[in-house]
Parts: sequence; C-alpha cells; structure tokens
Amino acid sequence: MSTTTVAHDEVHHDHPSGIMRWLTTTNHKDIGTMYLTFSLVMFLVGGAMVLGIRAELFQPGLQLMNPDFYNQLIGVHALIMIFAALMPAATGFANWMIPLQIGAPDMALPRLNNWGFWLLPPSAILLTLPFTLALFGIGDGAIATGWTFYPPLSVQGGIGVDFAIFAVHLLGVSSVMGSINIIVTLFNMRAPGMTLMKMPMFAWGWLITAFLLVATIPVLAGAVTMLLTDRHFGTHFFDAAGGGDPIMFQHLFWFFGHPEVYILLLPVWGFIPQILQTFSRKPMYGYKAQVYSLWAIGALAVVVWAHHFFTAGMPVPALLYFMYSTMAISLPLAVLFFCWIKTMWKGSMTFETPMLFAVGWIILFGIGGLTGLVLADVAADAQYHNSYFVVAHFHYTLFAGGIMGIMAGVYYWLPKMTGNMYDETLGKWHFWLTAISFNLTFIPQFFVGLAGMPRRIPDYALQFAEFNMISSIAAFALGLSQLLFVYVIIKCVKGGKKATDKVWEGAEGLEWTLPSPPPYHSFTEQPVIK
Amino acid sequence: MEPLDNTDSLKPKTKAELESANAKLAKKMVWVAAGSLLFAFALVPLYDVLCSITGLNGKTNNEALTLTKAKVDTSRNITVQFTSAVMPGLGWNFYPKQASITLHPGKIETVLFEAKNITGQVVVGQAIPSVTPGIASVYLKKVECFCFVNQSLKPGETKVMPLRFFIDPALPKDVSEMTLSYSFFEATKK
Repeated sequence: MSTTTVAHDEVHHDHPSGIMRWLTTTNHKDIGTMYLTFSLVMFLVGGAMVLGIRAELFQPGLQLMNPDFYNQLIGVHALIMIFAALMPAATGFANWMIPLQIGAPDMALPRLNNWGFWLLPPSAILLTLPFTLALFGIGDGAIATGWTFYPPLSVQGGIGVDFAIFAVHLLGVSSVMGSINIIVTLFNMRAPGMTLMKMPMFAWGWLITAFLLVATIPVLAGAVTMLLTDRHFGTHFFDAAGGGDPIMFQHLFWFFGHPEVYILLLPVWGFIPQILQTFSRKPMYGYKAQVYSLWAIGALAVVVWAHHFFTAGMPVPALLYFMYSTMAISLPLAVLFFCWIKTMWKGSMTFETPMLFAVGWIILFGIGGLTGLVLADVAADAQYHNSYFVVAHFHYTLFAGGIMGIMAGVYYWLPKMTGNMYDETLGKWHFWLTAISFNLTFIPQFFVGLAGMPRRIPDYALQFAEFNMISSIAAFALGLSQLLFVYVIIKCVKGGKKATDKVWEGAEGLEWTLPSPPPYHSFTEQPVIK
Repeated sequence: MEPLDNTDSLKPKTKAELESANAKLAKKMVWVAAGSLLFAFALVPLYDVLCSITGLNGKTNNEALTLTKAKVDTSRNITVQFTSAVMPGLGWNFYPKQASITLHPGKIETVLFEAKNITGQVVVGQAIPSVTPGIASVYLKKVECFCFVNQSLKPGETKVMPLRFFIDPALPKDVSEMTLSYSFFEATKK
C-alpha cells in the first residue's frame, strides 16, 4: 500500500477534487469507474421497470396498468438494459482494464473518453423523462413500440418516440467515440513487445466489438433519423402510402441489431477465458483458435440480420440463406465453448465467486445459444416467432450471457480496482440466488412460449397462469438478489481485507503486476514484453 | 497472422509521434463511421432495386405498362385471389367485386373493386398493392389500375374501379396461385 500512496502523491498535481474531478477527468480509471457506476444504476432502473411488467403478468387480466403503459415499460426496459446497462458496463471494464492489460499509461484519446461518458446521463434522462412529463399532462408517456422502433407504430407514436430517437443518437455517438478510442489504444499504445497475437483475450474481444460498433451504430442512427423525418418532415421512407416500405426499417434496424447482440457479448467472451484460466491455474487453451473464432463471429454477425423477421415475408432462397448463415455461427461459437471447457480440464480448480459466475455462465449461455438454433430454423420459427420462447432465449443470452458474465468480471477485478477483497460468502450467496431465480424466471417462459403465449402483451390466456405466476415470483427474487450485489460492491469499496497485488493465485497478466488499487497514473514507463 | 505480429517496429516511439499517430488513426475511424452512415442511406435505393428484381416486398409496377403482344399460354391456369384492407383513418368501405379469377398467362383480364366513402367529407385515398408470394409480384403486370393515382370520393359516393392486368408467361412453373392485396391509405392533403 505504501507504494500506492507514494505513486499517488507524486502525480497528484493538477487535477481538481470533488465533483469537478469527475466532470473534467480524463483519467481512464476515473472514467471506467463512472461507466461502471452509471451501468449499475441503470441496471437497477431497468430492473425496476421489468418488475412492473412481471407484477402485471402475475395474473391474467389487467390489474395494475393500462396496456399502453405496459408497452412503454417493455420498450424502455430493453433500451435501458441494452444501451445504458450492458454496453456501459463493458465500456467501463475496457477503460479500466485495457490500458492496464496492455501496459499503456492511459487511453489514447482521453478527452474524447470524457465526452463519451458524459453523453450517457443526458441520454438516460431523454429515455425516461417522458414518463415524468406524462404525469404533468405533457405527451402520452415514453416510447411504446418496444426497443425495435418498428414503423408504422413508431411513426404514429407520441413524443416518447422522439425522445427515444434523440437518446439513441446520443448513445450512438457515445459508443462510436468509445470504440474509436479503444481501437486507437489497442493499435498504438501496446507495451513494446506485445504483438497483437500476445494481447489479452479481453483486448481481442473489445477490438472486434469496437469495429462492429463503428460499422453498425451509424446504420441505426441513419434508420432512426429516417424515422424522425418520416414523423415530422413529410418523408416517406417507411410510409407505404407514400411509396415507402415499413419492412425496410426492419432490414436497416437488424443490420445494426444483430451485430449489436455480439457487441454485447464479445467483451464478455474476452474476459471469461481469463477468469477460467486464473481459477483453473493453467494457461488458456487454444488462444489462436479463440481469436480466429471471435473474428469469424464478428464477420458473420453482419450478414445474418434477417433471421429476426423470417415471418415478415421474404423469398424462399433468402430464408434459406439467412437460416444457414445463422446456423453457421454456431461453429466458431462451439470452438469457443470447447476452448473454455478445455481451459478448465484437469486444472486445479477453485470456485471463488468470479469462477462460480464464469462456470454458471458457460452453462446458461450455452442454453441461450442452443435455443437460438431452434429459432434460426425457418420452419420452427414460424411457430415460435414473437412468442415467450424468444423472450426466454434472449434473456439466457443477454442476462446470463451478458449480465452474469459482467458480474463475473466485477467480482474478478473488484479487488484490483478497490484494493479490498469483497465479502466472499455474500458473493457466493449472490451467485446462487441469481442463478436459481434466473432459471426459475425464464424456464417457465420457454414452456409458455412453446405453448403459444405471445410476447409484449399485458394479458394472457388462463392456461398460462401457473407458469407466469412462478416466473413473476422468481423475477422478484432475481431483482431483490441484485440488492445484495449492490451491497457487496459498496461494502468492498468502503473496506475489507486488503487485496494483494496479484489478488488471485493463478492470475496472469500485466494488471496483476500493479498494486491494488493501481496508482492514479500507472505504466508511465511502459513495461517490455518478452 | 505473421504480418500482424511484426507491427512492433512500426509503432510510434516519442510522445509527439504517438499523438499524431493516434489522431491519424482516430480520423480514419471517423471516416469509417461516416461511411457507414452514408451506407445506411444508400441502402434505401438499394433496397428498392433489390425489391424490383426479387419481389421482396410484394410491390407491383406502379405505372401502366404499354401493351405488348404477350403470347397466351393456354397450357397453364393461374388463380389470382383478391383481398382488400382499409387502413386506420380512412372512412371508406373497400372490397373486391370477385374473390378470385383463374386465367391463362399472357391473357389480359379486367377485375373490379368497389369503394364507398362513408364519411361526410371529400376523402382522398391511395391504394398500395402487395402480392404473395413475393416472387409472383414481378410477373403480375398491370395495364390499368386505380392504384396508379389518388382516388377522390365525395361524401357517400360509391365508385367501381377497374384493374386490367395479365400474368407474364415467364412466371416460374411452381407458382399456380397468387394473392393480390390492396390496402387503401388516407391521402387527403391536410
């Protein structure tokens, strides 16, 4: 700890303290912390919204809210979880850990970094403000189209749609800036001797994510801009009466939307192998195979989009192409799964909280991936499209595959970031509560989906009542378990057993050579990699 | 991956070099982002071209074809079914006068649709066609259609509107049935 204090004092020259420190900071650790904090807050906001949804679905019939408000909750829940919880969490880790992992003093473009973060709070406000405005009789609430903005509904919608469009613009600018920063950092700032093929896997995951973001976020920005001009300036991009085509929006949206799925997951695929190797105490298996698989998935991600709307109507050859190309993604993904499992194989495994999350993540994300193969089948999709089967599938990929992965990362790096060990017992409790209640929430949704319950509807047939009741009770357990997560984090930030530099016995990588917590300015002299 | 592995010697060494290299690469990435924004808008005409070739969106020709002597193929019978829809905001009744017809490819047929304005105002509407299966839309050729222009109906007025069309004999062999649907949209200037 003494080295930390010295290093900290030495460089503690001209940055302001208090609120101005956070507003003006260009330090990658500060910005990373802000991203992660913002993400945690928005995770709770988005979670609170979905508890409203599950409360309404506790019983058939309409009890708590009108259908329009229900639709608003559905749409804003998804937008917040995707853009304001999952993406900022991954960016927060990137800011904190990429410079430490590649031996760089900071991110390449620190001012851009600050700007990228401070666009997020305004966009979160834009997304949620219409709820409040509606209370004062202004407008009719938030966007009620679901997160996908499909016209004609989104062209007919109220001011909530405009707010959401501008929020998406800001979020898009923010993530493109963050991505450019990461790409430049990874190409120009690696320590001498660290070739690309010696980069940590997390850096690889993020590099591909960043390329996907730069290539596809502008397409989303373009699509919602067309929506805006259709709404207010008399254009007919998506208006059939004026010669436009609403189906075109689905193509534009999912050209962004499918790569977005991998944007959310690739950073996690990066650090999960690092966690597995740490707690298996043996080197990562198949580093090259993993890197190539990540590239293959990144490339396939942009050519499979239309599997999201097989039922919207398209020629049979197109259906077949999108089906086969979608299924082809399972090949590189299977390579990754084998590498993850082989990394653990015959290792000296221990099951601290990050490892519990990582191993649970492999199983649950695996279920998410396999159920995706069912939906990729054109013939099966005709039955399961827009059913609760889809809802359960993408929560296995995005809650288990995304958020539980992020949680593994939080427990893995929290001692490094704060200098204190978190409460291991509570951490394990958090894992088991989350894993069990998550499964109890979503397994019943597979069943009701197979039986034909449609998604995005506040009411349902009596035959689905029992499963929905189980799902709702488990969802509340899942939500409340996350308060434990918040408590563990706060407790760890405030104090606890001091963490060693290496933190974990099997930890490998540059970040573990620094003190815990690392000094405010680290690697001002770049280490040399042999 | 060998070329990638040897980039070390190319990496900037001094602080000034690093900053200019960073700015350069960042600018390149901004161009990539700008390029993909442009690409999004370029997809709009691209989509129209793709649709007119593949019939992806079920649209038919929206201007009258000059009549060519198509050879009638009496060896095949094609059934064309008709459906109609009135979009929200348009106070009309609108339906096809016949549920379906069966015809030989190449033969010109006339079918009738009837629209009635049930409001107290003059209302202008625009019919938008869609053919299922999509691929058939390329082969359904219209000689005359009420959907080529706006239709205006006085209060309470009823109008019988003709559609003259033929099926291109080049229609793929596996298509023997198609559905032509018309949706009428409100098009009154406000």
